[in-house]
Amino acid sequence: MPYKFEELSAQDYDQKVQKIKPRPRVIKNAIWAFVVGGLFSALGQIIFFGYVGLGLTERDAVAATAATLIFLGALLTGLGLYDKIGKHAGAGSIIPITGFANAIVAPAMEYKREGYIFGVGAKMFSIAGPVLAYGITVSVLIGLVYYLFL
Amino acid sequence: MEKVLIAFLIGGLICLFGQLLMDLTPVSISPAHILVGFVTGGSILSALGIYGPLVEVAGAGATVPLSGFGHALAQGSIAAVEKQGLLGAFAGGLEATAVGIAAAVIFGYTMAVIFDPKG
Repeated sequence: MPYKFEELSAQDYDQKVQKIKPRPRVIKNAIWAFVVGGLFSALGQIIFFGYVGLGLTERDAVAATAATLIFLGALLTGLGLYDKIGKHAGAGSIIPITGFANAIVAPAMEYKREGYIFGVGAKMFSIAGPVLAYGITVSVLIGLVYYLFL
Repeated sequence: MEKVLIAFLIGGLICLFGQLLMDLTPVSISPAHILVGFVTGGSILSALGIYGPLVEVAGAGATVPLSGFGHALAQGSIAAVEKQGLLGAFAGGLEATAVGIAAAVIFGYTMAVIFDPKG
């Protein structure tokens, strides 16, 4: 019986904390995410114009821009700067494609001492792997649906 | 210049949405969940014909967020089905995103080998 009582009070406590705590953080986080995510996108647009200026087709310029941002994200992660941005920016540093590069480099670097196969080689996909698994699966399914019904 | 501003706004809003998703939902959502969710969400929106118009308007504001990666996967898949039929469903997504995936693997691997974690 007292066990049940304790569980309930913990829930109550949780609710109280939820009510009081997050408000100011939610707004601050949202602003950070908006500004940093926006800046990465704006940077992408500028790089895109650069590649179009060099004579790439729009399609190729989009791909080249993605590759460039991935390079930047990977480099900034290696230098330890991306984590500093991410501390404030949250989703603003996760969702842009630079965040995908970060999700590859950070665990790969962290587990390097486990070797180049099971450390770097395996851990670089600890987050990128699920992204590719679900992304590729959905794209094949979309293609199949399109083939069968449209 | 105007395009850069629109990219900033839309790209920012997409990230803002992701942040609110992380902060306001009672279940804890990890960065991995966000990345997987945005890629699958982006490809489904793209297949439904919703994400394409957004890319037209927002440019990099819609292609830089990872939902744009999903868009590229879906459009690649659909375009390849139109060209090669059934085989295209398997080839198209990866063909359209090959540059990005190869860049992520080679740059990711290289940086992880060169640098060591700080602190």
